[in-house]
Amino acid sequence: MARIGIFLCHCGTNIAGVVNISQVREAVKDIPQVVLVEESKYMCSEMGQGGIREAIEKNKLDRVIISACSPRMHENTFRKTVADAGLNPYLLEIANVREQDSWVHADDKEAATEKAIALTRTAVAKALLNQPLTPKRVGLTKRALVIGGGIAGIQAALDIANAGHPVVLVEREPTIGGRMAQLDKTFPTLDCSSCILTPRMVEANQHPNITIFTYSEVMSVSGFVGNFKVQIRQKARHVDSVKCTGCGICWQKCPDLVPSEFDTGLGGRKIIYVPFAQAIPNVPVIDMPNCRYVKHLEAAKEGKKLPPCRICEKLCPTGAIDWEQEDQVLTEDFGAIVVATGFKPFDYGRYTEFGAGKYPDVIGLLQLERLLSASGPTNGELKRPSDGAHPKTVVFLSCIGSRDERMGKPYCSKVCCMVMAKQAILLKDHDPEIQPYVFYIDVRAGGKDYEEFYQRSQREQGVLWLRGRVSKLYQDNGKVIVMGEDSLMGRPVEIAADLVVMATGMEANDGAVDLAQTLHISYDTHGFMVEAHPKLRPLETNTDGIFLAGTVSGPRDIPETVAQGSGVAAKVLGLFSKDELATDPTVAYVDAMRCTGCFLCAEVCPYGAIDKEPSRDGRLLAKVNESLCKGCGLCVAGCRGNCINLRGFTNQQVIEEIMALCR
Amino acid sequence: MSLDYEPRIIGFLCNWCAFAGADLAGTTRTGYPSNIRIIRVPCSGRVDPLLILKAYQQGADAVLIAGCHPGDCHYVQGNYFARRRFALLRQFLDYLGIEKERLRLEWVSASEGRKFARLVKEMTEEVSRLGPRKDTVRRPVKVATE
Amino acid sequence: MTHQAYAYYPGCSLSSTAREYDVSTRKVFEALGLELRELEDWSCCGASAAKGINHLLGLALPGRVIQQAEEANLPLTTPCPECYSRLRFAAYEMKDEATRKQVSQVLETEIKNTGAIEPTLKIIWQYDGDLRIKKPLTGLKAVAYYGCLFVRPKDVAAFDDQEDPRSMDDIVTRLGVEMLDWGFKTECCGAYLSVPKPEIVYRLVYRILKGAKQAGADCVVVACPLCQANLDTRQKAIEERYRVHFDLPIIYFTQLMGLAMGFSAQELLLDKHLTDPLPLLRGKGLA
Repeated sequence: MARIGIFLCHCGTNIAGVVNISQVREAVKDIPQVVLVEESKYMCSEMGQGGIREAIEKNKLDRVIISACSPRMHENTFRKTVADAGLNPYLLEIANVREQDSWVHADDKEAATEKAIALTRTAVAKALLNQPLTPKRVGLTKRALVIGGGIAGIQAALDIANAGHPVVLVEREPTIGGRMAQLDKTFPTLDCSSCILTPRMVEANQHPNITIFTYSEVMSVSGFVGNFKVQIRQKARHVDSVKCTGCGICWQKCPDLVPSEFDTGLGGRKIIYVPFAQAIPNVPVIDMPNCRYVKHLEAAKEGKKLPPCRICEKLCPTGAIDWEQEDQVLTEDFGAIVVATGFKPFDYGRYTEFGAGKYPDVIGLLQLERLLSASGPTNGELKRPSDGAHPKTVVFLSCIGSRDERMGKPYCSKVCCMVMAKQAILLKDHDPEIQPYVFYIDVRAGGKDYEEFYQRSQREQGVLWLRGRVSKLYQDNGKVIVMGEDSLMGRPVEIAADLVVMATGMEANDGAVDLAQTLHISYDTHGFMVEAHPKLRPLETNTDGIFLAGTVSGPRDIPETVAQGSGVAAKVLGLFSKDELATDPTVAYVDAMRCTGCFLCAEVCPYGAIDKEPSRDGRLLAKVNESLCKGCGLCVAGCRGNCINLRGFTNQQVIEEIMALCR
Repeated sequence: MSLDYEPRIIGFLCNWCAFAGADLAGTTRTGYPSNIRIIRVPCSGRVDPLLILKAYQQGADAVLIAGCHPGDCHYVQGNYFARRRFALLRQFLDYLGIEKERLRLEWVSASEGRKFARLVKEMTEEVSRLGPRKDTVRRPVKVATE
Repeated sequence: MTHQAYAYYPGCSLSSTAREYDVSTRKVFEALGLELRELEDWSCCGASAAKGINHLLGLALPGRVIQQAEEANLPLTTPCPECYSRLRFAAYEMKDEATRKQVSQVLETEIKNTGAIEPTLKIIWQYDGDLRIKKPLTGLKAVAYYGCLFVRPKDVAAFDDQEDPRSMDDIVTRLGVEMLDWGFKTECCGAYLSVPKPEIVYRLVYRILKGAKQAGADCVVVACPLCQANLDTRQKAIEERYRVHFDLPIIYFTQLMGLAMGFSAQELLLDKHLTDPLPLLRGKGLA
């Protein structure tokens, strides 16, 4: 005979306001083997938990049912509670009567109460078959992988490294720095972006605990928290980074120019190049498809002749050019992974009414950022792309790829209003004769000193903010005509602009979904990765040991991104403060008496966790390698003979749940 | 059919996506009919067809299996196994005299609370339209939990 | 290639002011091996006054045309965007069962409302066979002007991008014409205000013609009889009013197709336009 205690949480009025708790109590108190039913206003409070501990000890309970919020919320909390009272934590069951009952059936209290009773009964039925389980303990690698070398990744890497743990920072581009390196100034302080970023980049580069892999990507990830195995592909730079001194002769003398990705296509870069002057590492890469020597080799294969160039090779004082270099794949061990892969700006070319990206003087926020920057393609002289003239009338269009269902982007990108205010102020700084106009839907200036900054753009700098959408842009005699509406004045507006700036929103970065799938973490419909809890666990994912920082999980500004970088570092350090980790004991086990050795289980197991072990009569039987098993239960559903089962989710337990729910 | 027919739907929800999606429906107070009863499983691939049949045997009017979107499975490929088993089992339902509409496999991510709510609403309406099961239903025997 | 036939509904404009559109459309379809069978007893599409006065009448008139095509058991097509819009609107509203029954009742015959309704522009755009070009129109620069009704409203009518349609550009590019980018493809020409507020029409047409001229076009290619009439007939007056010189012929895309297929300018009634395209075409050696 078991001794079951049922604890009904009111959760203030969250549950009790909908579910009739006393009716639940009446319904469950006479279930056989239930010896106690208790209520608490907040079961998760210190008092609530104390009550549970006391009841366990006093009544010698050997099963505990807590009817409360989702197990995804407080399962760990309550497992700890019952463990403190000396009960095996796996003898606890939680009935989800908040998220999956009172919160969704608030309009039908009777049905919600009935459901709460059913869910609590079901938990009892399942709990009766619960077995005490003991986690295994495994060691961990105290070494972190940070994916993405933008400000979020750099911040996380520095904080972890400063606490004494080795960090590997992997960046897809030839340099670290990310989006922030492309910005001119930052709001609301107008700090020079690269002046505050570059020292951090240098610090990361020189840090003894940080190894930077640029021009590299994560190929595959296996293992689990504390013990990840990661394959990293280092793309061939075709420059020997040991020999290279970064003297720059190669890129000065390289004869060809292509549009620079860093300057958003507005300026040019050489074929052998570093993306920008302060790039880290200061080692160039060769853009092979565009290289004359590569084209020469290709042509030679077809019997045609093109002059080989190889000027970089001839001039390099250290002989660092290496045409034979190939991609390298490294396999490394890590205990924790930080994903900080950032965002990309929305492609405004999708707005056909605004010229589909074909009007040269219609640009995006990042382009204007480069045009304003002293290190940009115009050395900070504001020249518009079409004819290099100095624009006098500049119009900003807000919410391009944000808050626009038509583009499949219903969310607000959060920073664009402030970026427009900043850029409008910077335009006035560059040339006081410039008149900036901003068409907006709403101005969102939530943040320290943000509203004041926006006000300043209006009052002190004379930026004109017009509430309304723009319907169309067209080119007319060297101007871009902006046809919009001033919805406060209630009339149409036409402005002949010299330059139009699209306030492009944030989109999930290229490859974000692929990376999420490689890591087996969730992402939303927009490609942003999903936090374990939107409010209380914003830096964790649903996979232990994998964390998120910065715009990879949604639009954010720089302060928030940096805070998240430090935040994940704290999470990683918390993990690394332990010398061993407890593994989840809800793993599969084989009933050797029944196993026939067909190994269907081994075929479906994604982790290779099924070993073949000879039995006494010499036949090979399945055996679960508990340190590899993740408890997915694929083998259980795959087994023909019901010979393999999953602790905590056994077939018998699920059947008991079905029967209880179908009553 | 009578209007007060309340179908009973058993939902097998994977812990990582669908169960979290159902929780999100709650967190965002997106209501749906109370006809669904949810069982948490680690993965949609954990759902043995026999468990589904057990639910029908116990009188469930419909069964929903919900897991991560293809490619997103927390256990790499569990949802693909779920999909294959579902395709086979669905063929078999006709033989049992159970309408195909009474079994659904859906992908619900952790961010799709609204989708989950819509799904439950749709399914409840559809099964209500179908009415009580027409195969010989053995109404659930009362099972003691001792 | 399979023989395809369509129920052809020319509408009133194409049998009066826009005869050249009708003539050239028929010639092009014939040359491409697509059969147009004109509905025998077609009537008004309801575009003019009917829809404003009585909603049901505005559905019943196009409903009658749809019903005739159903009787012929052929997909229905029309070159005129006005007609196309009305037909599509009727079909859209008749998706509602009650409306469909009501219209059927008025017409005293059952409308099934299941047949296809496509503009001739779309049929030609999606035609993937050889365009039978004998004489490419090289050297000609043009802009395509689609007007408002082919692309709006999206759920009812659109078969092309709403803001930056490509269909006519694609077709005419295949003829060898250099199609230029410009910003007025779907701008309103003001046709509805022609009578009550001509001064607005002048302003709108002026802006469109100026845009075409600035883009560097020799002529404007159109697919709508009302756009054509507005841009063509008002051009002289606008030139005087704004003291500009446009001299931009407004040509149906089917006329250019016909020309490239080897029909003569006279056969295609290219001599019927007020802004005479012949000097331009002769100058380029195309007519």
